[in-house]
Amino acid sequence: MAVLAAPGERPSTGWLFAPVRHNVLLALLPFILVAAVYFFASHQRLAENPQDKLLPSVAQMADAIERMALKPDPQTGDYTLFVDTWASLKRIGLGVGIAALAGLLLGINMGLLPRVRALLSPFVTFVSMVPPLAILPILFISLGVDELSKVALIFLGVFPVIARDLMLASGQIPREQVVKAITLGASQNAVIYRIVLPQILPRLIDNVRLCLGGAWLFLIAAEAIASTEGLGYRIFLVRRYLAMDVILPYVFWVTAIGYSFDWLLRQLILRRFRWYVAATS
Amino acid sequence: MSSIARELSHLLHLEDLYKSYGDKLVLENIDLSVSAGTLCSVVGPSGCGKSTLFRLVLGQEAADKGRLFVDGRPVGAPGQDRGIVYQRYSLYPHLTVIENAMLARTLPVGFLERHRRRAEFREEAMHYLERAGLAAHADKYPHELSGGMQQRVAIAQALIKRPKILMMDEPFGALDPETREHMQIFLLELWEAERMTIFFVTHDMEEAIYLGTRVVVLSQHYTDDRGTGPTVRRGARVVGDYALPSAVASTKIKRSAEFIALADEIRHVGFDRDVLRHVTEFNLKHPDSFQTLSEEEARGVRRTA
Repeated sequence: MAVLAAPGERPSTGWLFAPVRHNVLLALLPFILVAAVYFFASHQRLAENPQDKLLPSVAQMADAIERMALKPDPQTGDYTLFVDTWASLKRIGLGVGIAALAGLLLGINMGLLPRVRALLSPFVTFVSMVPPLAILPILFISLGVDELSKVALIFLGVFPVIARDLMLASGQIPREQVVKAITLGASQNAVIYRIVLPQILPRLIDNVRLCLGGAWLFLIAAEAIASTEGLGYRIFLVRRYLAMDVILPYVFWVTAIGYSFDWLLRQLILRRFRWYVAATS
Repeated sequence: MSSIARELSHLLHLEDLYKSYGDKLVLENIDLSVSAGTLCSVVGPSGCGKSTLFRLVLGQEAADKGRLFVDGRPVGAPGQDRGIVYQRYSLYPHLTVIENAMLARTLPVGFLERHRRRAEFREEAMHYLERAGLAAHADKYPHELSGGMQQRVAIAQALIKRPKILMMDEPFGALDPETREHMQIFLLELWEAERMTIFFVTHDMEEAIYLGTRVVVLSQHYTDDRGTGPTVRRGARVVGDYALPSAVASTKIKRSAEFIALADEIRHVGFDRDVLRHVTEFNLKHPDSFQTLSEEEARGVRRTA
Protein backbone atom coordinates (compact mmCIF):
# COMPACT_ATOMS: atom_id res chain seq x y z
CA MET A 1 0.00 0.00 0.00
CA ALA A 2 1.21 3.44 -0.90
CA VAL A 3 0.48 4.70 2.60
CA LEU A 4 2.93 2.20 4.00
CA ALA A 5 5.68 3.04 1.50
CA ALA A 6 8.96 3.52 3.29
CA PRO A 7 10.19 7.11 3.54
CA GLY A 8 12.53 8.01 0.73
CA GLU A 9 10.86 5.74 -1.79
CA ARG A 10 9.27 8.71 -3.51
CA PRO A 11 10.20 12.36 -3.27
CA SER A 12 8.44 14.12 -0.41
CA THR A 13 5.91 16.79 -1.30
CA GLY A 14 5.32 17.83 2.29
CA TRP A 15 1.64 18.48 3.02
CA LEU A 16 0.83 19.51 -0.56
CA PHE A 17 -0.92 16.28 -1.47
CA ALA A 18 -1.42 14.84 1.99
CA PRO A 19 -4.87 13.26 2.44
CA VAL A 20 -7.16 14.79 5.09
CA ARG A 21 -8.83 12.54 7.63
CA HIS A 22 -11.13 13.49 10.53
CA ASN A 23 -12.29 16.74 8.90
CA VAL A 24 -14.78 17.59 11.63
CA LEU A 25 -12.31 16.98 14.42
CA LEU A 26 -9.70 19.16 12.71
CA ALA A 27 -12.21 21.97 12.21
CA LEU A 28 -13.30 21.82 15.86
CA LEU A 29 -9.77 21.84 17.24
CA PRO A 30 -9.14 25.63 17.14
CA PHE A 31 -12.55 26.27 18.71
CA ILE A 32 -11.87 23.84 21.53
CA LEU A 33 -8.43 25.33 22.06
CA VAL A 34 -9.69 28.93 22.35
CA ALA A 35 -12.54 27.87 24.66
CA ALA A 36 -10.15 25.92 26.86
CA VAL A 37 -7.76 28.87 27.19
CA TYR A 38 -10.68 31.17 28.01
CA PHE A 39 -12.25 28.99 30.67
CA PHE A 40 -8.91 28.26 32.26
CA ALA A 41 -8.12 31.99 32.48
CA SER A 42 -11.67 32.75 33.69
CA HIS A 43 -11.40 30.10 36.38
CA GLN A 44 -8.05 31.51 37.54
CA ARG A 45 -9.34 35.09 37.79
CA LEU A 46 -12.58 34.17 39.53
CA ALA A 47 -10.68 32.01 42.03
CA GLU A 48 -8.62 35.08 42.90
CA ASN A 49 -11.52 37.56 42.91
CA PRO A 50 -15.14 36.30 42.71
CA GLN A 51 -16.29 39.87 41.85
CA ASP A 52 -14.16 39.99 38.69
CA LYS A 53 -16.24 40.96 35.64
CA LEU A 54 -13.67 40.66 32.87
CA LEU A 55 -13.84 36.92 32.14
CA PRO A 56 -17.24 35.61 33.31
CA SER A 57 -17.73 31.89 33.92
CA VAL A 58 -20.13 29.66 32.01
CA ALA A 59 -22.62 29.87 34.87
CA GLN A 60 -22.52 33.68 34.89
CA MET A 61 -23.06 33.82 31.14
CA ALA A 62 -25.89 31.27 31.32
CA ASP A 63 -27.45 33.46 33.95
CA ALA A 64 -27.17 36.50 31.68
CA ILE A 65 -28.62 34.58 28.72
CA GLU A 66 -31.57 33.54 30.84
CA ARG A 67 -32.11 37.15 31.90
CA MET A 68 -31.85 38.55 28.35
CA ALA A 69 -33.44 35.82 26.27
CA LEU A 70 -35.67 33.55 28.31
CA LYS A 71 -37.42 35.91 30.74
CA PRO A 72 -39.40 39.02 29.86
CA ASP A 73 -37.85 42.30 30.91
CA PRO A 74 -39.50 43.37 34.19
CA GLN A 75 -40.02 46.94 32.93
CA THR A 76 -41.13 46.46 29.33
CA GLY A 77 -42.37 42.87 29.38
CA ASP A 78 -40.34 42.08 26.25
CA TYR A 79 -37.74 39.42 25.68
CA THR A 80 -34.71 41.68 25.22
CA LEU A 81 -32.62 39.43 22.99
CA PHE A 82 -35.59 38.79 20.73
CA VAL A 83 -36.43 42.49 20.40
CA ASP A 84 -32.77 43.35 19.71
CA THR A 85 -32.37 40.58 17.16
CA TRP A 86 -35.55 41.47 15.31
CA ALA A 87 -34.63 45.17 15.16
CA SER A 88 -31.13 44.42 13.85
CA LEU A 89 -32.27 41.81 11.33
CA LYS A 90 -34.85 44.20 9.94
CA ARG A 91 -32.23 46.88 9.40
CA ILE A 92 -29.59 44.62 7.89
CA GLY A 93 -32.18 42.77 5.80
CA LEU A 94 -33.59 45.98 4.36
CA GLY A 95 -30.17 47.56 3.79
CA VAL A 96 -28.55 44.54 2.16
CA GLY A 97 -31.73 43.59 0.31
CA ILE A 98 -32.20 46.98 -1.34
CA ALA A 99 -28.46 47.23 -2.03
CA ALA A 100 -28.49 43.79 -3.70
CA LEU A 101 -31.47 44.63 -5.88
CA ALA A 102 -30.15 48.06 -6.88
CA GLY A 103 -26.62 46.70 -7.36
CA LEU A 104 -27.94 43.92 -9.57
CA LEU A 105 -29.99 46.20 -11.81
CA LEU A 106 -27.35 48.91 -12.08
CA GLY A 107 -24.44 46.46 -12.41
CA ILE A 108 -26.02 44.43 -15.18
CA ASN A 109 -27.04 47.51 -17.15
CA MET A 110 -23.59 49.07 -16.76
CA GLY A 111 -22.00 45.78 -17.80
CA LEU A 112 -24.05 45.32 -20.94
CA LEU A 113 -24.91 48.81 -22.16
CA PRO A 114 -21.80 50.86 -23.02
CA ARG A 115 -23.69 54.14 -22.72
CA VAL A 116 -24.98 53.40 -19.22
CA ARG A 117 -21.46 52.33 -18.26
CA ALA A 118 -19.96 55.55 -19.62
CA LEU A 119 -22.53 57.56 -17.69
CA LEU A 120 -22.48 55.82 -14.32
CA SER A 121 -19.37 53.69 -13.89
CA PRO A 122 -17.01 56.55 -12.86
CA PHE A 123 -19.64 57.88 -10.45
CA VAL A 124 -20.27 54.51 -8.81
CA THR A 125 -16.52 53.92 -8.53
CA PHE A 126 -16.13 57.30 -6.85
CA VAL A 127 -19.01 56.70 -4.45
CA SER A 128 -17.59 53.29 -3.56
CA MET A 129 -14.48 55.04 -2.22
CA VAL A 130 -16.43 57.15 0.28
CA PRO A 131 -15.83 55.58 3.71
CA PRO A 132 -19.41 54.85 4.81
CA LEU A 133 -18.70 55.47 8.49
CA ALA A 134 -17.36 58.93 7.65
CA ILE A 135 -20.73 59.99 6.30
CA LEU A 136 -22.69 58.46 9.17
CA PRO A 137 -22.97 61.92 10.84
CA ILE A 138 -24.31 63.33 7.57
CA LEU A 139 -26.91 60.56 7.45
CA PHE A 140 -27.96 61.19 11.05
CA ILE A 141 -28.25 64.92 10.44
CA SER A 142 -30.10 64.69 7.14
CA LEU A 143 -32.21 61.54 7.61
CA GLY A 144 -32.71 61.66 11.37
CA VAL A 145 -31.60 59.08 13.92
CA ASP A 146 -34.38 56.61 13.14
CA GLU A 147 -34.38 53.49 11.00
CA LEU A 148 -33.83 55.26 7.67
CA SER A 149 -30.31 56.49 8.41
CA LYS A 150 -29.18 53.04 9.60
CA VAL A 151 -30.60 51.30 6.54
CA ALA A 152 -29.08 54.02 4.35
CA LEU A 153 -25.64 53.47 5.89
CA ILE A 154 -25.76 49.72 5.17
CA PHE A 155 -27.03 50.43 1.66
CA LEU A 156 -24.25 52.91 0.91
CA GLY A 157 -21.62 50.53 2.20
CA VAL A 158 -22.82 47.49 0.28
CA PHE A 159 -24.40 48.78 -2.91
CA PRO A 160 -21.33 50.11 -4.81
CA VAL A 161 -19.38 46.92 -4.15
CA ILE A 162 -22.17 44.76 -5.56
CA ALA A 163 -22.85 47.07 -8.52
CA ARG A 164 -19.18 47.12 -9.52
CA ASP A 165 -18.68 43.38 -9.25
CA LEU A 166 -21.85 42.58 -11.17
CA MET A 167 -20.81 45.07 -13.86
CA LEU A 168 -17.61 43.06 -14.27
CA ALA A 169 -19.52 39.77 -14.20
CA SER A 170 -22.01 40.77 -16.86
CA GLY A 171 -19.21 42.25 -18.98
CA GLN A 172 -17.55 38.84 -18.89
CA ILE A 173 -20.56 37.08 -20.40
CA PRO A 174 -19.21 36.01 -23.82
CA ARG A 175 -20.29 38.35 -26.60
CA GLU A 176 -21.23 35.24 -28.60
CA GLN A 177 -24.05 34.51 -26.14
CA VAL A 178 -25.55 37.93 -26.72
CA VAL A 179 -25.28 37.75 -30.52
CA LYS A 180 -26.75 34.28 -30.50
CA ALA A 181 -29.69 35.37 -28.34
CA ILE A 182 -30.47 38.12 -30.83
CA THR A 183 -30.46 35.64 -33.72
CA LEU A 184 -32.92 33.57 -31.69
CA GLY A 185 -35.27 36.54 -31.49
CA ALA A 186 -34.33 38.18 -28.18
CA SER A 187 -34.91 41.90 -27.65
CA GLN A 188 -32.44 44.03 -25.69
CA ASN A 189 -34.45 43.52 -22.52
CA ALA A 190 -34.70 39.78 -23.10
CA VAL A 191 -30.91 39.64 -23.43
CA ILE A 192 -30.42 41.61 -20.21
CA TYR A 193 -33.09 40.07 -18.02
CA ARG A 194 -33.49 36.56 -19.42
CA ILE A 195 -30.05 35.63 -20.70
CA VAL A 196 -27.60 37.55 -18.52
CA LEU A 197 -29.46 38.20 -15.27
CA PRO A 198 -30.11 34.52 -14.44
CA GLN A 199 -26.44 33.83 -15.09
CA ILE A 200 -25.17 36.41 -12.61
CA LEU A 201 -27.74 35.67 -9.88
CA PRO A 202 -25.46 33.16 -8.14
CA ARG A 203 -22.64 35.68 -8.34
CA LEU A 204 -24.95 38.17 -6.63
CA ILE A 205 -25.55 35.67 -3.85
CA ASP A 206 -21.81 35.15 -3.45
CA ASN A 207 -21.45 38.92 -3.32
CA VAL A 208 -24.05 39.21 -0.58
CA ARG A 209 -22.18 36.56 1.41
CA LEU A 210 -18.97 38.56 1.18
CA CYS A 211 -20.73 41.84 2.00
CA LEU A 212 -22.53 40.57 5.11
CA GLY A 213 -19.47 41.06 7.32
CA GLY A 214 -19.22 44.70 6.30
CA ALA A 215 -22.97 45.15 6.66
CA TRP A 216 -22.85 44.00 10.30
CA LEU A 217 -20.02 46.44 10.96
CA PHE A 218 -22.08 49.34 9.62
CA LEU A 219 -25.17 48.19 11.50
CA ILE A 220 -23.45 47.90 14.87
CA ALA A 221 -21.68 51.22 14.40
CA ALA A 222 -24.98 52.96 13.64
CA GLU A 223 -26.77 51.24 16.52
CA ALA A 224 -24.00 52.03 18.94
CA ILE A 225 -24.35 55.76 18.27
CA ALA A 226 -28.09 56.26 18.13
CA SER A 227 -30.70 53.62 18.83
CA THR A 228 -33.18 52.32 21.37
CA GLU A 229 -32.85 48.64 20.59
CA GLY A 230 -30.72 46.32 18.49
CA LEU A 231 -27.83 43.92 19.07
CA GLY A 232 -25.18 46.60 18.60
CA TYR A 233 -27.08 49.02 20.82
CA ARG A 234 -27.26 46.44 23.63
CA ILE A 235 -23.57 45.56 23.43
CA PHE A 236 -22.58 49.21 23.73
CA LEU A 237 -25.20 49.90 26.40
CA VAL A 238 -24.09 47.17 28.81
CA ARG A 239 -20.46 48.07 28.18
CA ARG A 240 -21.06 50.90 30.68
CA TYR A 241 -21.49 48.30 33.43
CA LEU A 242 -18.58 46.16 32.16
CA ALA A 243 -21.23 43.45 31.66
CA MET A 244 -18.99 40.98 29.87
CA ASP A 245 -21.45 38.22 30.81
CA VAL A 246 -23.93 39.86 28.39
CA ILE A 247 -21.47 41.16 25.78
CA LEU A 248 -19.82 37.80 25.13
CA PRO A 249 -23.06 35.86 24.44
CA TYR A 250 -24.30 38.75 22.28
CA VAL A 251 -21.12 38.76 20.21
CA PHE A 252 -21.39 34.99 19.90
CA TRP A 253 -25.05 35.36 18.84
CA VAL A 254 -24.22 37.99 16.17
CA THR A 255 -21.46 35.76 14.83
CA ALA A 256 -23.74 32.72 14.78
CA ILE A 257 -26.40 34.66 12.84
CA GLY A 258 -23.81 35.83 10.30
CA TYR A 259 -22.42 32.33 9.95
CA SER A 260 -25.90 30.83 9.44
CA PHE A 261 -26.74 33.37 6.74
CA ASP A 262 -23.53 32.55 4.94
CA TRP A 263 -24.25 28.84 5.22
CA LEU A 264 -27.85 29.23 4.03
CA LEU A 265 -26.81 31.27 1.00
CA ARG A 266 -24.11 28.73 0.17
CA GLN A 267 -26.71 25.94 0.35
CA LEU A 268 -28.99 27.97 -1.90
CA ILE A 269 -26.24 28.15 -4.54
CA LEU A 270 -25.39 24.46 -4.20
CA ARG A 271 -29.00 23.40 -4.62
CA ARG A 272 -30.42 25.88 -7.11
CA PHE A 273 -27.41 26.73 -9.25
CA ARG A 274 -25.72 23.43 -10.03
CA TRP A 275 -24.36 24.78 -13.31
CA TYR A 276 -22.67 27.66 -11.45
CA VAL A 277 -21.04 25.30 -8.98
CA ALA A 278 -19.79 23.17 -11.88
CA ALA A 279 -18.38 26.22 -13.66
CA THR A 280 -16.62 27.71 -10.64
CA SER A 281 -15.20 24.59 -9.00
CA MET B 1 -24.80 39.31 -64.27
CA SER B 2 -25.11 42.74 -62.69
CA SER B 3 -24.47 43.14 -58.99
CA ILE B 4 -28.10 44.08 -58.36
CA ALA B 5 -29.19 40.84 -60.00
CA ARG B 6 -26.71 38.93 -57.87
CA GLU B 7 -27.97 40.57 -54.70
CA LEU B 8 -31.48 39.46 -55.51
CA SER B 9 -30.80 36.00 -56.90
CA HIS B 10 -28.39 34.83 -54.22
CA LEU B 11 -29.16 34.25 -50.58
CA LEU B 12 -25.84 35.74 -49.57
CA HIS B 13 -24.04 38.37 -51.58
CA LEU B 14 -20.76 40.07 -50.66
CA GLU B 15 -19.06 42.51 -53.01
CA ASP B 16 -15.92 44.62 -52.65
CA LEU B 17 -15.91 43.99 -48.92
CA TYR B 18 -12.99 45.45 -46.91
CA LYS B 19 -12.21 45.16 -43.22
CA SER B 20 -9.17 46.37 -41.29
CA TYR B 21 -8.23 46.64 -37.64
CA GLY B 22 -6.04 49.69 -37.18
CA ASP B 23 -3.19 49.38 -39.69
CA LYS B 24 -3.82 45.73 -40.40
CA LEU B 25 -5.92 45.05 -43.46
CA VAL B 26 -7.66 41.74 -42.78
CA LEU B 27 -10.12 41.30 -45.62
CA GLU B 28 -9.63 42.84 -49.03
CA ASN B 29 -12.07 43.09 -51.88
CA ILE B 30 -14.07 40.02 -50.91
CA ASP B 31 -16.48 38.92 -53.65
CA LEU B 32 -18.77 36.04 -52.79
CA SER B 33 -22.26 34.98 -53.79
CA VAL B 34 -23.93 31.94 -52.27
CA SER B 35 -27.11 30.35 -53.65
CA ALA B 36 -29.81 28.94 -51.41
CA GLY B 37 -29.28 25.30 -50.49
CA THR B 38 -25.49 25.46 -50.73
CA LEU B 39 -23.33 23.96 -48.01
CA CYS B 40 -20.57 26.49 -48.42
CA SER B 41 -17.40 25.78 -46.49
CA VAL B 42 -14.87 28.54 -46.07
CA VAL B 43 -11.33 27.37 -45.45
CA GLY B 44 -8.05 29.20 -45.08
CA PRO B 45 -4.83 29.37 -43.08
CA SER B 46 -5.15 30.43 -39.46
CA GLY B 47 -5.25 34.18 -39.02
CA CYS B 48 -6.47 34.78 -42.57
CA GLY B 49 -9.67 36.46 -41.41
CA LYS B 50 -12.20 33.63 -41.61
CA SER B 51 -13.72 34.54 -38.28
CA THR B 52 -13.71 38.22 -39.23
CA LEU B 53 -15.65 37.35 -42.37
CA PHE B 54 -18.01 35.29 -40.22
CA ARG B 55 -18.66 38.25 -37.89
CA LEU B 56 -19.22 40.58 -40.84
CA VAL B 57 -21.85 38.30 -42.34
CA LEU B 58 -23.48 38.04 -38.92
CA GLY B 59 -23.55 41.79 -38.61
CA GLN B 60 -21.67 41.56 -35.33
CA GLU B 61 -19.06 43.90 -36.85
CA ALA B 62 -19.31 46.41 -39.66
CA ALA B 63 -17.19 46.28 -42.81
CA ASP B 64 -15.06 49.34 -43.67
CA LYS B 65 -16.65 49.40 -47.08
CA GLY B 66 -18.41 47.12 -49.49
CA ARG B 67 -21.78 45.54 -50.03
CA LEU B 68 -23.19 42.78 -47.92
CA PHE B 69 -26.66 41.38 -48.58
CA VAL B 70 -28.62 38.51 -47.05
CA ASP B 71 -31.67 37.51 -49.04
CA GLY B 72 -31.63 40.78 -50.96
CA ARG B 73 -31.48 42.95 -47.83
CA PRO B 74 -28.39 44.83 -46.61
CA VAL B 75 -26.95 43.43 -43.39
CA GLY B 76 -26.92 45.80 -40.44
CA ALA B 77 -26.98 43.98 -37.11
CA PRO B 78 -27.32 40.31 -36.15
CA GLY B 79 -30.80 39.14 -37.06
CA GLN B 80 -33.15 36.21 -36.96
CA ASP B 81 -32.48 35.23 -40.59
CA ARG B 82 -29.02 33.96 -39.62
CA GLY B 83 -28.66 31.15 -37.07
CA ILE B 84 -25.35 30.52 -35.31
CA VAL B 85 -23.37 27.61 -34.02
CA TYR B 86 -20.06 28.61 -32.44
CA GLN B 87 -17.21 26.40 -31.38
CA ARG B 88 -17.95 27.38 -27.76
CA TYR B 89 -20.53 29.47 -25.90
CA SER B 90 -23.39 28.32 -28.13
CA LEU B 91 -25.37 26.97 -25.20
CA TYR B 92 -26.49 28.91 -22.16
CA PRO B 93 -25.02 27.20 -19.09
CA HIS B 94 -27.89 28.14 -16.77
CA LEU B 95 -30.56 26.46 -18.91
CA THR B 96 -31.18 22.76 -19.34
CA VAL B 97 -30.84 21.12 -22.74
CA ILE B 98 -34.55 21.37 -23.50
CA GLU B 99 -34.71 24.98 -22.27
CA ASN B 100 -31.79 25.82 -24.54
CA ALA B 101 -33.54 24.18 -27.48
CA MET B 102 -36.79 26.03 -26.73
CA LEU B 103 -35.15 29.48 -26.73
CA ALA B 104 -36.04 30.27 -30.33
CA ARG B 105 -39.68 30.06 -29.26
CA THR B 106 -39.54 31.35 -25.68
CA LEU B 107 -37.18 34.31 -26.14
CA PRO B 108 -39.33 36.38 -28.50
CA VAL B 109 -42.51 36.10 -26.42
CA GLY B 110 -43.55 37.56 -23.08
CA PHE B 111 -43.96 35.88 -19.71
CA LEU B 112 -47.64 34.97 -20.04
CA GLU B 113 -47.49 33.48 -23.50
CA ARG B 114 -44.33 31.62 -22.56
CA HIS B 115 -46.12 29.86 -19.75
CA ARG B 116 -49.36 29.31 -21.61
CA ARG B 117 -47.66 27.68 -24.60
CA ARG B 118 -44.96 25.89 -22.64
CA ALA B 119 -46.15 22.37 -23.55
CA GLU B 120 -46.33 23.23 -27.24
CA PHE B 121 -42.83 24.74 -27.27
CA ARG B 122 -41.48 21.83 -25.32
CA GLU B 123 -42.94 19.31 -27.73
CA GLU B 124 -41.45 21.05 -30.74
CA ALA B 125 -38.03 21.28 -29.12
CA MET B 126 -38.27 17.64 -28.06
CA HIS B 127 -38.83 16.67 -31.69
CA TYR B 128 -35.55 18.33 -32.66
CA LEU B 129 -33.71 16.79 -29.73
CA GLU B 130 -34.97 13.37 -30.77
CA ARG B 131 -33.54 13.89 -34.24
CA ALA B 132 -30.24 14.80 -32.63
CA GLY B 133 -30.45 11.65 -30.49
CA LEU B 134 -30.60 13.66 -27.28
CA ALA B 135 -34.15 13.12 -26.03
CA ALA B 136 -32.86 11.21 -23.02
CA HIS B 137 -30.70 14.16 -21.97
CA ALA B 138 -33.38 16.85 -22.21
CA ASP B 139 -33.33 17.80 -18.55
CA LYS B 140 -29.57 17.81 -18.09
CA TYR B 141 -27.44 20.94 -18.02
CA PRO B 142 -24.94 21.57 -20.82
CA HIS B 143 -21.96 20.94 -18.51
CA GLU B 144 -23.23 17.41 -17.95
CA LEU B 145 -22.96 16.63 -21.69
CA SER B 146 -19.94 15.68 -23.80
CA GLY B 147 -18.59 18.19 -26.32
CA GLY B 148 -20.20 16.42 -29.28
CA MET B 149 -23.59 16.28 -27.57
CA GLN B 150 -23.36 19.97 -26.69
CA GLN B 151 -22.79 20.82 -30.35
CA ARG B 152 -25.77 18.68 -31.39
CA VAL B 153 -27.94 20.66 -28.99
CA ALA B 154 -26.49 23.88 -30.38
CA ILE B 155 -27.41 22.83 -33.91
CA ALA B 156 -30.94 21.87 -32.84
CA GLN B 157 -31.25 25.17 -30.95
CA ALA B 158 -30.35 27.14 -34.08
CA LEU B 159 -32.45 25.04 -36.47
CA ILE B 160 -35.72 25.49 -34.58
CA LYS B 161 -35.62 29.14 -35.64
CA ARG B 162 -35.54 27.94 -39.29
CA PRO B 163 -32.88 30.52 -40.25
CA LYS B 164 -32.26 31.36 -43.88
CA ILE B 165 -28.58 30.65 -43.34
CA LEU B 166 -27.00 28.51 -40.66
CA MET B 167 -23.68 30.11 -39.77
CA MET B 168 -21.11 27.78 -38.22
CA ASP B 169 -17.69 28.93 -36.97
CA GLU B 170 -15.36 25.97 -36.36
CA PRO B 171 -18.28 24.14 -34.74
CA PHE B 172 -16.39 20.85 -34.44
CA GLY B 173 -12.99 22.40 -33.74
CA ALA B 174 -12.88 21.39 -30.07
CA LEU B 175 -13.95 17.77 -30.60
CA ASP B 176 -11.79 14.67 -30.77
CA PRO B 177 -11.30 13.22 -34.30
CA GLU B 178 -13.83 10.40 -33.92
CA THR B 179 -16.62 12.60 -32.52
CA ARG B 180 -15.76 15.11 -35.18
CA GLU B 181 -16.43 12.62 -37.99
CA HIS B 182 -19.72 11.59 -36.38
CA MET B 183 -20.74 15.23 -36.23
CA GLN B 184 -19.80 15.76 -39.87
CA ILE B 185 -22.04 12.88 -40.92
CA PHE B 186 -24.83 14.14 -38.64
CA LEU B 187 -24.61 17.59 -40.23
CA LEU B 188 -24.58 16.19 -43.78
CA GLU B 189 -27.65 14.08 -43.09
CA LEU B 190 -29.45 17.07 -41.65
CA TRP B 191 -28.45 19.13 -44.66
CA GLU B 192 -29.67 16.45 -47.07
CA ALA B 193 -33.02 16.26 -45.33
CA GLU B 194 -33.56 20.01 -45.06
CA ARG B 195 -31.49 21.36 -47.96
CA MET B 196 -30.73 24.40 -45.90
CA THR B 197 -28.02 26.94 -46.64
CA ILE B 198 -24.98 26.53 -44.44
CA PHE B 199 -22.00 28.85 -44.16
CA PHE B 200 -19.33 26.67 -42.57
CA VAL B 201 -16.03 28.22 -41.51
CA THR B 202 -13.19 25.86 -40.69
CA HIS B 203 -9.40 25.66 -40.80
CA ASP B 204 -9.55 21.92 -41.40
CA MET B 205 -9.06 21.20 -45.09
CA GLU B 206 -10.52 17.68 -45.03
CA GLU B 207 -13.59 18.87 -43.16
CA ALA B 208 -14.15 21.68 -45.66
CA ILE B 209 -13.94 19.38 -48.68
CA TYR B 210 -15.88 16.51 -47.12
CA LEU B 211 -18.79 18.70 -46.04
CA GLY B 212 -18.97 21.38 -48.69
CA THR B 213 -20.92 21.38 -51.91
CA ARG B 214 -18.72 24.36 -52.43
CA VAL B 215 -15.34 25.20 -50.97
CA VAL B 216 -14.24 28.81 -50.79
CA VAL B 217 -10.55 29.35 -50.06
CA LEU B 218 -9.66 32.53 -48.22
CA SER B 219 -5.99 33.50 -48.15
CA GLN B 220 -3.58 36.38 -47.86
CA HIS B 221 -0.95 34.56 -49.95
CA TYR B 222 -1.36 35.98 -53.49
CA THR B 223 -0.01 38.76 -55.63
CA ASP B 224 -1.29 41.43 -58.02
CA ASP B 225 -0.08 44.35 -60.13
CA ARG B 226 0.42 46.70 -57.20
CA GLY B 227 3.97 45.45 -56.65
CA THR B 228 5.60 45.02 -53.26
CA GLY B 229 6.12 48.60 -52.11
CA PRO B 230 5.94 49.42 -48.39
CA THR B 231 2.58 51.16 -48.87
CA VAL B 232 0.92 48.12 -50.40
CA ARG B 233 -1.17 46.30 -47.83
CA ARG B 234 -2.82 43.04 -48.79
CA GLY B 235 -5.66 41.42 -46.89
CA ALA B 236 -7.11 38.00 -47.43
CA ARG B 237 -9.38 37.45 -50.39
CA VAL B 238 -11.08 34.56 -52.14
CA VAL B 239 -8.23 32.79 -53.94
CA GLY B 240 -10.09 29.62 -54.88
CA ASP B 241 -13.71 28.56 -55.30
CA TYR B 242 -14.60 24.95 -56.07
CA ALA B 243 -17.89 23.18 -56.83
CA LEU B 244 -18.13 19.71 -55.34
CA PRO B 245 -20.60 16.85 -55.70
CA SER B 246 -23.33 16.95 -53.08
CA ALA B 247 -23.92 13.61 -51.48
CA VAL B 248 -23.53 12.11 -48.08
CA ALA B 249 -20.49 9.99 -48.70
CA SER B 250 -18.72 7.56 -46.47
CA THR B 251 -15.82 9.16 -44.67
CA LYS B 252 -13.66 6.74 -46.68
CA ILE B 253 -13.88 9.25 -49.48
CA LYS B 254 -11.34 11.30 -47.57
CA ARG B 255 -8.73 8.77 -48.66
CA SER B 256 -9.66 8.76 -52.37
CA ALA B 257 -7.23 10.10 -54.96
CA GLU B 258 -9.52 12.93 -56.11
CA PHE B 259 -10.10 14.09 -52.57
CA ILE B 260 -6.40 14.14 -51.79
CA ALA B 261 -5.59 15.90 -55.08
CA LEU B 262 -8.09 18.66 -54.33
CA ALA B 263 -6.79 19.03 -50.78
CA ASP B 264 -3.26 19.34 -52.16
CA GLU B 265 -4.29 21.99 -54.64
CA ILE B 266 -6.07 24.07 -51.99
CA ARG B 267 -3.12 23.72 -49.68
CA HIS B 268 -0.87 24.84 -52.52
CA VAL B 269 -2.83 27.96 -53.52
CA GLY B 270 -4.12 28.96 -50.11
CA PHE B 271 -1.83 27.75 -47.37
CA ASP B 272 1.67 27.90 -48.88
CA ARG B 273 3.11 31.33 -48.20
CA ASP B 274 5.72 30.89 -50.94
CA VAL B 275 3.15 30.28 -53.65
CA LEU B 276 1.77 33.62 -54.76
CA ARG B 277 -0.75 33.35 -57.54
CA HIS B 278 -1.73 36.45 -59.46
CA VAL B 279 -5.27 37.73 -58.83
CA THR B 280 -6.18 37.16 -62.44
CA GLU B 281 -5.20 33.50 -62.27
CA PHE B 282 -7.26 32.33 -59.31
CA ASN B 283 -9.14 29.09 -59.74
CA LEU B 284 -12.72 30.32 -59.38
CA LYS B 285 -14.61 27.42 -60.93
CA HIS B 286 -17.84 27.55 -59.02
CA PRO B 287 -20.79 28.78 -61.14
CA ASP B 288 -21.71 31.38 -58.48
CA SER B 289 -18.19 32.71 -58.41
CA PHE B 290 -17.37 36.24 -59.57
CA GLN B 291 -14.51 38.64 -59.15
CA THR B 292 -14.22 42.42 -59.23
CA LEU B 293 -10.72 43.80 -59.63
CA SER B 294 -9.58 47.40 -59.44
CA GLU B 295 -7.34 49.01 -62.11
CA GLU B 296 -4.33 48.86 -59.78
CA GLU B 297 -4.80 45.22 -58.93
CA ALA B 298 -4.94 43.99 -62.53
CA ARG B 299 -3.44 46.54 -64.87
CA GLY B 300 -4.37 46.13 -68.51
CA VAL B 301 -6.51 43.12 -67.82
CA ARG B 302 -10.15 43.70 -68.73
CA ARG B 303 -12.30 41.50 -66.60
CA THR B 304 -15.92 42.13 -66.08
CA ALA B 305 -17.79 40.63 -63.25
